[in-house]
Amino acid sequence: MTGEAAVLAGFLAAAIRISTPLLLAATGEMLNERAGVINLGIEGAMLAGALASAVGAAAGGPWAGTLGAVAAGLIVAGIFATVAIGARCDQIISGTAITLGSVGLTGAIYRRAFGSGGPGLSLPTFPSVPIPGLSKLPVLGPALFDQPVLTYVAWILVPVAWWFLFRTWWGLALRATGESADAARASGVPVRRVQMLATVTGGAMAGLAGATLVLAQVGTFAEKMTAGRGFIAIAIVVLGRWRPAGVLLAALLFGSASALQFAFQAMGLTVPYQLFLVMPYGLALLALAGGVGRAKAPAGLGKPA
Amino acid sequence: MTGKRLGPILTALAAVGAGFVVLAIGLAASGYDPVVALGALGRGAFGSWYAFGSATLVRAIPLILLGLGVALAFRGGALNIGAEGQFYAGAIAATWVGIHVAAWPSGLAIGAVWSAAAVAGVIWISVPVLLKVRFGVMEVISTLLLNFVAEAAVSYAVTGPLQEAKRVYPQSDPIAATARLPLLPGSRLHGGIVVAVVLAVILWVLFTRTRWGFRLKAAGLSPEAARVSGGIPVLRVVAGALLWSGALAGLGGGVEISGVTYTLFQNLSPGYGFTAIAVALLARLNPLGIILSGTLFGALEAGAQGMQREAGVPAVAVQVAEATIILAVLLAEVLARRAAARSISAPDPA
Amino acid sequence: MSGDEPVLELRGISKSFGSVQALRGADFVLVPGEVHALLGENGAGKSTLVHIAAGMIPPDDGTIRIRCVDTKLRSPRTARALGIGLVHQHFTSIGALTVSENIALSMGPAGGRADRQSLSGLPERLMAGLSLDSRVDRLSVAQRQRLEIVKALATGATILLLDEPSAVLAPSEVDELLSLIRDFVARGGAAAFITHKLREVFIAADRVTVLRRGAVTLSGRVSGQTEATLALAMLGTAVPEDGADTTRPSALPVRSEPIMAHFGGIPLRGGELIGVAAIEGNGQRKLLRDLAERDSAAGSVALVPEDRTTEGIIPDLSISENLLLGLDRDPGWSRGRWIDRTRARARTTQLINTFGIRADGPDVAVGTLSGGNQQKVVLARALERRPAILIAENPTRGLDIRATSFVQDQLRAAARAGMLVLIYSTDLDEVLALGQRVLVVHAGRVTEAPQGADRQVVGEMMLGLVPKRQSGSGER
Repeated sequence: MTGEAAVLAGFLAAAIRISTPLLLAATGEMLNERAGVINLGIEGAMLAGALASAVGAAAGGPWAGTLGAVAAGLIVAGIFATVAIGARCDQIISGTAITLGSVGLTGAIYRRAFGSGGPGLSLPTFPSVPIPGLSKLPVLGPALFDQPVLTYVAWILVPVAWWFLFRTWWGLALRATGESADAARASGVPVRRVQMLATVTGGAMAGLAGATLVLAQVGTFAEKMTAGRGFIAIAIVVLGRWRPAGVLLAALLFGSASALQFAFQAMGLTVPYQLFLVMPYGLALLALAGGVGRAKAPAGLGKPA
Repeated sequence: MTGKRLGPILTALAAVGAGFVVLAIGLAASGYDPVVALGALGRGAFGSWYAFGSATLVRAIPLILLGLGVALAFRGGALNIGAEGQFYAGAIAATWVGIHVAAWPSGLAIGAVWSAAAVAGVIWISVPVLLKVRFGVMEVISTLLLNFVAEAAVSYAVTGPLQEAKRVYPQSDPIAATARLPLLPGSRLHGGIVVAVVLAVILWVLFTRTRWGFRLKAAGLSPEAARVSGGIPVLRVVAGALLWSGALAGLGGGVEISGVTYTLFQNLSPGYGFTAIAVALLARLNPLGIILSGTLFGALEAGAQGMQREAGVPAVAVQVAEATIILAVLLAEVLARRAAARSISAPDPA
Repeated sequence: MSGDEPVLELRGISKSFGSVQALRGADFVLVPGEVHALLGENGAGKSTLVHIAAGMIPPDDGTIRIRCVDTKLRSPRTARALGIGLVHQHFTSIGALTVSENIALSMGPAGGRADRQSLSGLPERLMAGLSLDSRVDRLSVAQRQRLEIVKALATGATILLLDEPSAVLAPSEVDELLSLIRDFVARGGAAAFITHKLREVFIAADRVTVLRRGAVTLSGRVSGQTEATLALAMLGTAVPEDGADTTRPSALPVRSEPIMAHFGGIPLRGGELIGVAAIEGNGQRKLLRDLAERDSAAGSVALVPEDRTTEGIIPDLSISENLLLGLDRDPGWSRGRWIDRTRARARTTQLINTFGIRADGPDVAVGTLSGGNQQKVVLARALERRPAILIAENPTRGLDIRATSFVQDQLRAAARAGMLVLIYSTDLDEVLALGQRVLVVHAGRVTEAPQGADRQVVGEMMLGLVPKRQSGSGER
C-alpha cells in the first residue's frame, strides 16, 4: 500500500474502532427513546459496564468481562427504569442522578478492586478478527473487515433493530408507546412493560459499549473513562433521526472526527491535543442544532406514561 | 402553617438518611468497612471547629452559589446541568483578571475579578441558551456537553497561555494579593460566605415578592398556561433565568479562586456543578433553604476528604449519597402527589 | 332481527371514584339488530357505563352477561376477544403512524398484517377515502372517526360501543355516521352510542336508556318517547327556561364606547355576542388566538382557552395565584414590581363568593377543584381584567348543566355590559342559541351566516358548501 493509502486505511480503521462503543450505546438509546424514555443514565451504565468488563476480564478473560458488562448495564438501567418509569419521576433528573451515583460507585469499587495499580493495568483484550477474503480488499479491507468481534456485533444489531422496529408487532407497539402512551394503552399495549424492557435493553447495550471501550479499544480502565460518550450517544440518536441507519452513519461520523487525531499525527501536523478532545462535543452540539429542526422526536419523549 | 413547613424538612431529613444508608451499603459492597468510613466522614466534616469552619463552610460557599444558580434556572423549568463548566469558565476569567490587578485597590480588584467571573459564566451558558432559543435544543444536553469542553479549556489554559512563569506544573501563577479575599483569622473561611448568604437572601426576596419571581415560577410550572393565560413571554423569561444562572455559577468559580486556591489548575472542582443539583433539589429550590443544604453538602464533601485521608475510601464515593438524595427527593415528591390525588374526589364528569 | 336474545346485559352496575358515586345500580341491555342510545347530560355516568362494558374499568357491583353467559371482563383485551369494540370519544389513533399501522396495532400481536386483503370483509363505505399508507395526522376529523370504527371492526367486533361519536362532526357528517351505525346493526351486529343530543336519539336509535346522576331514569323503545319525556328523564325537571342559575351574576362596569375589531375581515362591535361555528382543524383556533394576542386599541383581550388544564390553570398553584397569573399587571393586585399578596387574597375571596366557586378558600390548589369550578376561576380572571374583548373557546365543554348555564349567563352579561364577546364551540346548538350573529370558519376563511339561519344551513357552511338558498344549488 502506498503512503497515503496506508494513512487512509489506518484512519478508517481507527474511525470504525472508535465509533463502535458509540454505535452500541446509541442503538440502545434509540430503542428506549423510541419508546418515549430519555435515559441520561446511559453514561453511568456505560461506565459501570466498563468497570465490570475490567473486573470480569481480569478474573476470567474477555468474554467473562463482556458478560459482566452487559449485566452491569442492565442493573444500572434497571434502577433508572424503576425510578423513572415505575415511580414516574422526572426522567432527566433521575437519569443524571444515576450517572452521578454510578461515577461514585465505580470510583469506590475500582480503587478497591485494583488498588493503585490502575493505569498500568493490563487486561486480556479482544483481538481483531479478520473476515476471510473480505479483509484482503484494498484500503477498506483492513478497515472494515479486520475488527474485534464486538464491532461486528454492533453492526449486526443495526439491521436487527430495524427489523424489530418496523417489521414486528412489538416494534410497532414500542413506537406507538413513544408517540402517545395513552393511545397505545387504549389499543392494549402494556405501556409500562414496553418502556421498562426498552430501557433495560438500552442499558445492556450501553454496558456492552463500555466493554468495547475497555476490551477492544483502550485496553485498560481509568476513572471516568467514558468522558461523556453516553451523552454523545444521545446526540447521535438525534442526528440519526431515531432511525437505525441514521444512527449508524452518525456514529461513524463521530468516530471519524475523533480518529482525525491519529490522521493528523500520522501526517506530522501538530495541534494542541485538547482540540481533538473537544471535537466530539463540538460536533455533538452542531448535530443537535442541525438535527432537531428537521426531524421530529417521538412525540411522547420524556413524558411519564 | 407549621404542617406545611414541616413536610419539606422531614422529607429532606429522610432523603439525607436514605443517602447515608445507600452509601454505607455501597461501601460495604465495595469491600470497605462502612462504620470506619462514615466515622472518618463525620470527623472530616464536624470533628473540630477547624473542620467545620475551614473545611465544611469553605466547601459550602461554592455549593450555595452554584445551588442558587441551578435553582434559579430550575424554577423557570430549565435544567442547567452545566454549572460545572460555567464554574470553570468563571475560574479561568477570574484567574486572568486576578493576575493583572496587582496595582489596584483591593475592593476594586476583587470586584473586577468577580465581575469577570460572572460574565464568563454568562458567556459559557449563552451557547446553550442560543441553541435552545434558536434551534429548540434541550439545554440539558448542551450544558452537559460544554462541561467537558470547559475542562479541556482549563487543561489548555494551564499548560499554555495561563501557565505559571516557571513552566513546571500545569497551574497558573497565583493571583495578586489585592484580589484575594479576607480570611477569618485562624481559619480558611473567606469573605465569600458573605456574598453567598447575601445573594441567597436577595434571590429569596425576588422569588417570593416580585412579579418577576412569580412569572418565572408560572413559566416553570406550566409554560402553556403561562403563555396563554398569563401573557408571559416564556422563552424570553426562561432564557433570562438561564443567563443569570450561568452568572451565579461563574461567580462561584471566581469566588473559589479569589478565596481558596488563588491559582487555577485542573480538577479545581470535585464536581460542585453536579452536587449543586442535589443542593437545589433538597432545598426545594428555596434560596434560604439552599444556605442550609449547601452547608450540608459542604459537610459531605469535607467529610469525603477526611474519609479518603483516614479510611482510604476515594472521595468520589460520596456521590453515591448525593445521587440517592436526589432520587429520594424525587420519589418523595411523587408520593406526595399520589397522596394528594387520592384525597380528591374524581373531578371530571364520567 | 330485533327481539332476539340480548347479546350484552349489564345489571345493577355500581361504580364510585373516591367519594363520587358515578353509577348506581344501572341496567343496560343490548339486543342484536338494534341501535341503543345512551342519553344523559355531562357527568351522568354514560362514559363510565360504556367503559365498564368494554372491560376498561371493573364495576364495584353488578353482573355482566355476554350472550347469556356470566362474564368478568378483566381487561379490554378480554372484552375485545368477546367481540366488544369500543370507539373512544377522544381519538386513539397515533398521528405519526399510518392507517395500516394503527389498525395493525389494535389487532394485537397475533393479528397479522393490516392490508387490503385482511380488511376486505369490512364495508366499502367505511374504508372510503382511507388510504392505508397515509399518516393519520393527514386525515380529516371525520376520516379519523371512521378509522376508529375500522379499528373496532377489524378486531372482529359484533358489539359496537361508541362514546359521543358525534361531538366533533358537522351535521351532515353526523348523519353519515349514524347511517353507518344503522348499516352495521342491519347486518346483525348490536350497537350503542352515547349522546346528549335528543335529536340524534330520534334519528338513529331504536331503544334509549337515560342516565341521570348515575341512575337509570328511563329505558325503552324510542318510538314511545317524546322530546319532553326524554328531557324530563335527563334533567329531572322540565327543560329550564333560560338556564336560570341561583348564583348572583357578577356586577360588570358598563362601557361607553363601541369597540371595533376584525375577525377574518368581518367588523365586530362592542356589546355583541358572536357565535363562531367551525369543524375542528379549519383554522378557527389560529384566528381566535391571533385576535387574543393583539390587545386592541380600545383595551385588552381576555381568552378563556379550550384546554383548561394545560392552558387555563396551573393546577399546583392556589386560586389567588391563578388569578394573579392574568392580573399581575393590574394595580389592584400588585404595586409596581412587587406583588401585593394580601390584596390579592382579599380580592380572590370576593370573587369566590361572586362566582359561587366551591372551594375552602383562596389558598386552595386549583387542581383540587371540579372542572366547573376551575372554569369559574378562569372566567373570573378573564372578566376581572375588564377586557374590551372576551374570547371563549368551548367554555362549557365537559361541564354539567348548572355550570354550563352559569358560564353562558356570564357571557351574555358581559356582552350586555358592552364587551365584544366571541364564543367558539363545537356544539353547534350552543353557538346558535347564544350567538346574536354567527360566523362560520372554513379553511381559514370567515363568512357570516344569514340572520335566522338554522342548523342545516350553518352545517353546510361549516363544510364549505354554499347554502342552497343563497346560490340556487348546493355547490362549493
